[in-house]
Parts: sequence; structure tokens; C-alpha cells
Amino acid sequence: MTAQSIPNDYSAYPDAQGRFGQFGGRYVAETLMPLILELDRAYAAAKADPSFQAELNGYLTHYVGRPSPLYFAERLTEKFGGAKIYFKREELNHTGAHKINNCMGQILLARRMGKTRIIAETGAGQHGVASATVCARFGLPCFVYMGAVDVERQKPNVFRMNLLGTEVRPVTSGAATLKDAMNEALRDWVTNVADTYYMIGTAAGPHPYPAMVRDFQSVIGSETRAQVLEAEGRLPDAVIACVGGGSNAIGMFHPFLNDEKVRLIGVEASGHGLDKEHAASITGGRPGVLHGNKTYLLQDDDGQILDAHSISAGLDYPGIGPEHSWLHDVGRAEYRTCTDQEALAAFQLTAEVEGIIPALESAHAIAKVGELAREIGKGGVIALCLSGRGDKDVGTVAAALGRKISEV
Amino acid sequence: MTQQRIEACFARCKAEGRAAFIAYVMAGDPDLKTALEIIKGLPGAGADIIEVGMPFSDPMAEGPPIQRAAQRSLKAGTKTSDVLETVRAFRAGDAVTPIILMGYLNPVLSRGYARFAAEAAEAGADGLIIVDAPPEDSEDLDAALKTEALSRIWLAAPTTDDERLKTLVKGATGFLYYVSVAGVTGVKEADADAVRPAVERLRAASGLPVAVGFGIKTPERAAAVAKVADGVVVGSVLVEQIAQALEANQSPVPKVLATAQALAQAVRDSRRS
Repeated sequence: MTAQSIPNDYSAYPDAQGRFGQFGGRYVAETLMPLILELDRAYAAAKADPSFQAELNGYLTHYVGRPSPLYFAERLTEKFGGAKIYFKREELNHTGAHKINNCMGQILLARRMGKTRIIAETGAGQHGVASATVCARFGLPCFVYMGAVDVERQKPNVFRMNLLGTEVRPVTSGAATLKDAMNEALRDWVTNVADTYYMIGTAAGPHPYPAMVRDFQSVIGSETRAQVLEAEGRLPDAVIACVGGGSNAIGMFHPFLNDEKVRLIGVEASGHGLDKEHAASITGGRPGVLHGNKTYLLQDDDGQILDAHSISAGLDYPGIGPEHSWLHDVGRAEYRTCTDQEALAAFQLTAEVEGIIPALESAHAIAKVGELAREIGKGGVIALCLSGRGDKDVGTVAAALGRKISEV
Repeated sequence: MTQQRIEACFARCKAEGRAAFIAYVMAGDPDLKTALEIIKGLPGAGADIIEVGMPFSDPMAEGPPIQRAAQRSLKAGTKTSDVLETVRAFRAGDAVTPIILMGYLNPVLSRGYARFAAEAAEAGADGLIIVDAPPEDSEDLDAALKTEALSRIWLAAPTTDDERLKTLVKGATGFLYYVSVAGVTGVKEADADAVRPAVERLRAASGLPVAVGFGIKTPERAAAVAKVADGVVVGSVLVEQIAQALEANQSPVPKVLATAQALAQAVRDSRRS
């Protein structure tokens, strides 16, 4: 445990400055500060406005397809021989992942603010597709920044975005992956301050993004809590989710924060291994400042940011949302790691025994749910956030398994 | 003593009825030795103040020229200790020209604010510009700088309204840096007519000299801005000379200094209106 005091109400954060303990904040250039403050005010007003919530709920029901089911993964449970494992089926949402929950909230906010141009960053392309989708739905022009390396390895998603009318802008600076895409999106925003809304895809960035994205994703945990109560007559012993930036995990965790008996477990991507290239910011990094917030980061001794590695492009980021950093430091959540190889095995296992092809990101959580189920034991209950479907990953998995399939 | 060096510089320029010429180059670009040679040559080329860039892997407020400069510097292996060593080596031969370190927060945070401030002051730096740390998130850093009498130079932007300006100028020392265009460094061009009222607003609010940068590429533009501002900052054009020299297999030093000299001359010839 660190020197940070343990709060009575975990859900009362961030404070007015956007801080979760020492983490979070608004570390942006002065040009963006007034915009961030305007966004903060606009979001606070929307959050308090029942008509905004009603509008959002309407789209979540009829367009996104919520609530998503809670499914008892019976054969996986049998296989591991421990606690009952439930999947929260976020992969059944429109566009195939949890990302749309956040995009729907933010596009309604952007419209409310009178913004006429949307920009976003994307790694695997899931947030890019979700952004492109809501922009098509509401008729707003959308520009998605994507690392040139990711454009190359996620071609089907690039084409999907194009079909939805979005312009994908490949980013060649730096390592040409997600962190560079985020740098470039920030550069666009600072250049187009009057009309542009920056739709950040994860629970990171300057305040209010970490809190706002968490709020929009908390529908995952709220539904899960009610669904487990209905199925089991009690709360789960643990919830588990993969963590890159950490938006599906924080959405799953947040409604359980004050249920202190419910263990919260995040799974970071340890790539080739923690002693090699990986993307485990909490386990293998230290606190620093990047992309508008203070949080755990992969960095060298001199404070230069390191390139992350994960087989899953969606976890391939050298930082993590600030609330996770704080939950780690105060000991409310536990963070474990999963290698590329373990994720690949879990990907195949889930396909074989449950008939569900999970996203490689979600496969990281599945890879660690077996040991957790055995730790908790029979009679226990675990809810796992199945954050996305794996259709986008079949090319990557085929290549990793030495199989060749023709390009989509 | 360091804040005095900045004040003395602006007072000197004011007495001469002209704006200060502020030159930005990156430490370690393209390597430590060449960058030091450039920095040592800048006062002779007419630079009144030197901003020494500290390279960062993720410079999100920079346009392509300074992004590439940071990449060249990091590729050459530049560390924060090297940046400080560059300042020390410059200061050994120049007791007058103010040196402002400019960069991003994480390398400074990583070194520790107190340690960084003490080392920077000891090396002979006079102030610090941190692009990604607004006053609201700068308390600890500013306390460390204050202990060492280093100036924190604040950036103000076209988006900065009067209310926010009050927050910005509260602890300001040295001078204010007006980011003349909404955008990254070295892309859009500053408009001297639009800059004039902004400079007057900032001067009135802070009582400090106001330097203008982020969109000044030519001697003509530098001269126009020098008519309305207390200082003119040029960076991207200078580091582009390094890129071009490397491409042509030439020494970057004379190219950068010749460009700086032309800009400095334009600023000196531009009398205050």
C-alpha cells in the first residue's frame, strides 16, 4: 500500500481538478485548456440533464442493442473446475465491441455543444469504427488518426471506416502506432479549435475524458451487477476485464467500487514477456505524464516514452487510464498480466468450447479467469467482460498459428 | 540571479527601441557537439535570448520540423543530463544571454522537480517553458523553480480568454510567450495585425514583456511582428536548416547561423511603432 489515503467512497472521484489521488489532471497545452474547460462544463450540464440521459438510453436500446446479455459460460466453467464464470456479452453490441457505448454518449454531447467536425484516434480500429458509425448516423464528418503500422495490420477496419464515410489518416511520426495517433489527433484539435470535437476512445487523456468515458462505459457494470443479482441472488466474488487504456474494465469496475467484497481484476498485456517488449503499464511501468494525464507509463530512465507491444492492437499502448493507476495504488483493484501466447490459447479455447470467437483483447481476460476461478473455488461467481468479438483478429491469429488466409 | 538576466535583456532591447530576437534550437540536434556549436554561435548571429529545446518522444504541440528535431536528438542519444551539460558549456563562455529550457513535463518529472531545478540553475539556465503543464497542475514544479529563482515562462494562446489569463499571469515572471496561432509549431503563419491587440492585452494583464512565436518563418514576418511585440521567437525555420544541411551533406552550423542572422537583422531593423 502506498501513502495515498484510502477513501470511504471510491466512486466520488475524480475531484474538481480531475484528479484520482495523484493521477489524472489536465496536462495539455494552453491552446487546449479553454476547450477542455468548456468540455468539462458541457459534460457536467449534460450529465445532470434528464433529457440527455433519456436520449442516450434510447439510442443504447434501439441502436446499440442494450442491455447486452449475461451468459453463463458453462463449458469453460467445467473446464477450469472452479467458480462459475459469466460472460458480459459486450461483443454483441452494434459494431461488435463496447466502444460504441462511449461513442454514442460523446456524439450526443458533441451535437449538444454545436460541434460540426469529429476527430478520433484508433489502434485496432474498433474505436475508429465505432466513431465512424455514430458520425454516419448523425451526419457529421469524421477523421480518424491511425498509426501507419496499424493501418497495415488492420486493413478490414480501415475499409469499414471508409464505407461509413470516414477519412482515415495514417500517422507516420514516432512508432506509427496508437500513441502517435493520439499525438496527431491532439495536433489536429489544437489546430481546429473552433468546430472540432475530439472523441477519445479510452478512459484516459485530460480531465474530463477519463471520468466521462468511464461514465458512458459504466452501463456495462451496472447491467452486470443487476444481472448477476438476478441470476445468483447475490453479487459476484470477482469481476475481471482486460486493460489497455482500460475503458471496458473501468466501465465494468465502477458500479462495483463500493461493494468492497467484490474483487476487481484487470489483466494487462505482457506481450512477449515482462522482461521483453510488453504493454503492461502498471505492472512494468511507473507514474509519469503523457496525453494530458498523470498515470502509470512505460518509459525509460530519462522519462522518454517507450513503444508498447501486444499481439492485440487494442492493448498496444504505453499508458493506462488514471483511475486504474489510482485503484492500483490504493489497493482496490488487482492487476495481473497475460502474454501474447496465453491470449492466443484462450482465444482458441473460447472458440472451441463456447462457440464464441472473442477479441484478442478480451482473450487476455479469459486467459486469466481460469486461475481466478480455481482461487475462488466452487460455489463462487465471476463476471468477465467479453469486450469485443474476434472477427477482426482472425488474420492476426492465423498468422501467429502459421496459417494463411486470403485477405478480406 | 537568473530572473535578472531575462529582465536585463528586455530592458536593453527596450532602450534600443526594438524587440528581442529569441532563437530556438534543440539540444543534441543533430548531435551534442554540433548543437552546442550552434548555440554558442547564436548570440553572435544576433540572438538576444536562446530557447534550448529538450527532446521528448511525444511532442504533441510541435509540427513536423521540431518533431523531427526531437527524433534526431533522441536518436543521437541525448539525455536530460546532456541538455543540462549543453547549458553549462554555453554559460561558461557567455554570462549575459538568457537561456530558457523548453520541453514537455515527463522528462522533468522523471528527473524530479527539485533536482531538475537545482541542476538547471547550477548549469546557468534562466527559465523554463513546459508546454503540457498548465498552472492548475504545476504547483510542485513551480515551487521547485521558485526556490532556484528560475522563471516559469507561461504560454498564452488565441483561445485564452480574460478569465483564464488571470490564472496564467498570477505567478508569471520573466516574460509571457504568446502562441500567435491556434495550432502546432511551424505550420500556420502569424498575422501581425491580429497579434497586436493580443500582445497589448497580455502586457496589460501581466506587466511583463510579451514575446510572440509559433508562426514566424521569414525575416519579413519577423519584422512585422517585431513592430508590435517585445520579443520574436523563431524555431521551426532554424531546425529545418539542420535537416536541409544534413540532407545535402553540409555542416548545419553556418546554415543555421546565417538564417538566424537574417531574422535577427530584420528584428533589429524593425523600429517599434
